[in-house]
Amino acid sequence: MTTELKQKEEVKPELTSAEHPATKYLREERLPHIWCSGCGLGSAVTSLTNAYEKLEIPIDDIGVVSGIGCTGRAAGYFETDSYHTTHGRAIPFATGLKLSNPEMNVTVFSGDGDLFAIGGNHFIHAARRNVDMTVICVNNYNFGMTGGQFGPTTPQGATATTSPYGNYEDPFNLPDLAASAGAIYVARWTSVHARRIQQAMEEALSKRGFSFVEILSPCPTGYGRKNDLGEGIDELKSYQDRTVIKHGSDPGDAEIERDPEAEIVVGKFVEDDRPTYCDVADDYLQGQ
Amino acid sequence: MSDEAIMTGKHFMNGDEACAEGALAAGCRFFAGYPITPQSEIAERMSKRMPEVGGRFIQMEDELSSIAAVLGGSWGGSRAMTATSGPGFSLMMENIGLGMMTETPCVIANIQRGSPSTGLPTAVGQGDMMQAQWGSHGDYGVIAYAPTSPQEMFDFTVKAFNKAEQYMMPVFVMADEKIGHMRERVEIDESKVEIYPRRKPEVDPDEFKPYEPDDDLVPRMASAGEGYRVHVTGLTHNQQGYPQLDVETQQEKVGRLVDKVDKNKDDIVELDTIGIEDAEVLIVSYGMAFRTAMGAYKQAREKGIKAGIVRLVTVWPFPEDEIKEFSKQVKGIVVPEINLGQMVREVERASAGNTEVKLVPHPGGGLHEPEQILESLEALL
Ligand SMILES: Cc1ncc(C[n+]2csc(CCOP(=O)(O)OP(=O)(O)O)c2C)c(N)n1
Ligand code: SF4
Ligand SMILES: [Mg+2]
Repeated sequence: MTTELKQKEEVKPELTSAEHPATKYLREERLPHIWCSGCGLGSAVTSLTNAYEKLEIPIDDIGVVSGIGCTGRAAGYFETDSYHTTHGRAIPFATGLKLSNPEMNVTVFSGDGDLFAIGGNHFIHAARRNVDMTVICVNNYNFGMTGGQFGPTTPQGATATTSPYGNYEDPFNLPDLAASAGAIYVARWTSVHARRIQQAMEEALSKRGFSFVEILSPCPTGYGRKNDLGEGIDELKSYQDRTVIKHGSDPGDAEIERDPEAEIVVGKFVEDDRPTYCDVADDYLQGQ
Repeated sequence: MSDEAIMTGKHFMNGDEACAEGALAAGCRFFAGYPITPQSEIAERMSKRMPEVGGRFIQMEDELSSIAAVLGGSWGGSRAMTATSGPGFSLMMENIGLGMMTETPCVIANIQRGSPSTGLPTAVGQGDMMQAQWGSHGDYGVIAYAPTSPQEMFDFTVKAFNKAEQYMMPVFVMADEKIGHMRERVEIDESKVEIYPRRKPEVDPDEFKPYEPDDDLVPRMASAGEGYRVHVTGLTHNQQGYPQLDVETQQEKVGRLVDKVDKNKDDIVELDTIGIEDAEVLIVSYGMAFRTAMGAYKQAREKGIKAGIVRLVTVWPFPEDEIKEFSKQVKGIVVPEINLGQMVREVERASAGNTEVKLVPHPGGGLHEPEQILESLEALL
């Protein structure tokens, strides 16, 4: 991994402005970040800092937890208590953090591989328990950090470094998975929907319970170029054309195909209320 | 039961229950675990007692998540623990490494059973002793206690919590099925329970470096929500806690993880000795095997054999200086353990050829006969 990081650091982009609009939530001394140009991760981070800003969540109440991956490196850029854990274990770490310190507003920010391959079991159990946290998954359809292997959200037929003949597995449809596991808020947007993402994050952060936001995000290096999506900017353009907003629709119909022109359903699928893990636990224990 | 955190009084309880009580007495207020024989009584006791003392118990979906939640719980500001047995201990290894690398205080009790794999789920074993030191990838110092009774399950769990906080690291209680399930008298006295408080920062947030060590090589910890805005990562990091992937930082960081245990051995290492003043042959033992070794020792003394026992309270860090000294004094050392030869390697290494070292193995599932140990002692004379 070290060599990969080195490579990336060599091509790190220049900052275009001295002051980031939401700098207060970012560790300025750690910028510029390590991500490739055209990567969707920077804008996803910005949406989250904007959402914190908008909601006026005190910085010292925020805990950001990531797993491992390009997306996992996000935790290190937040000027909050921030935890870069192990591959797949961001959610259980965040569960411990939240239960031990219920005052914290806990956000998990991680990748599709981290949250749904190695960490998939924890996702469904945290959703089932309705642990009060917001999980943001940056879905770039591949394992970016390790060099573009296929993962649990790679569309069937897509090329990846471990699917040279095309991926013959069926991917997860994340909103459907989250909804059926019990998430009380489920939304999907793409990197082109900056304002919508921010709004979804604000809603998710404001809700008590397990909320989930999926962001479809370009990874030109690991996925886009190999799969007819081109550079980051091309993928964003394609999202403009391909996405249809269907709030409240059945998340079961939100599957993503490899075809770069196939429709992608985005929107808010679930907004529900259910007592959180701690609420229910305390109710039961009170009665004793 | 009692809603007191520390159940002062005399009790008749098994080792698992005593372990849970020791944790509560030491201030543990977060437990995350996954059921496994012969550990389940710890989790069961915690599920009952944690709410009584205002703590949180959570049964996780597996041991991977249990240890991850414990690390999160510790950073959340609680004294935190999990408990397991061999299969679960194996699953925890990666995040034990994260706990070592991020210097996260917590306690992990391993109630060992016959192994490897599913092995002997309901029967005694000591097969995870080396795993405690070497189980997670990479170099780091380890502190591990080996209790030999329910009373020690209580006492050593308290010690484990204190050392975890003092040295900011996961600390192990390496018990076994027999000690876990054995019922004996356990005396609890609140006035004797000492608590090592969390090492909090003493400077303002803008001056604080989460991984800048004090003179004892141990840093300080700012919990979530205290305004220090720490970054915690398993990547090699500088004193600020930020990833820095170079040899110098690796040397400084990982070197210190080893040194903070190694250079503080005088404070950490504990062992008991019996009859060593005039000993010609020595038994080095720990945990359940020590109880059998005591029988062999008594028989030897009755027969006029000048035997002595060194009993390891802390198995890690290994007391190599002490064993080296003893090895110069005796004709041989016998090491009974309920595995096919683990800590005996350390005894051999420490003895450095000064004396003959003999393993008395047991594959697990039962105990040695004292006579087996006695015969080995006699053979060395
Ligand atoms: C236990 C373990 N196995 C494998 C890896 C190697 N690894 C690092 S990141 C990663 C995949 C990350 O994928 P994703 O979460 O989608 O993040 P991305 O890089 O795409 O943002 C893998 C397999 C690891 N760090 N730890
Ligand atoms: S490899 Fe992909 S996900 Fe990783 S930084 Fe580059 S573009 Fe972003
Ligand atoms: Mg990915």
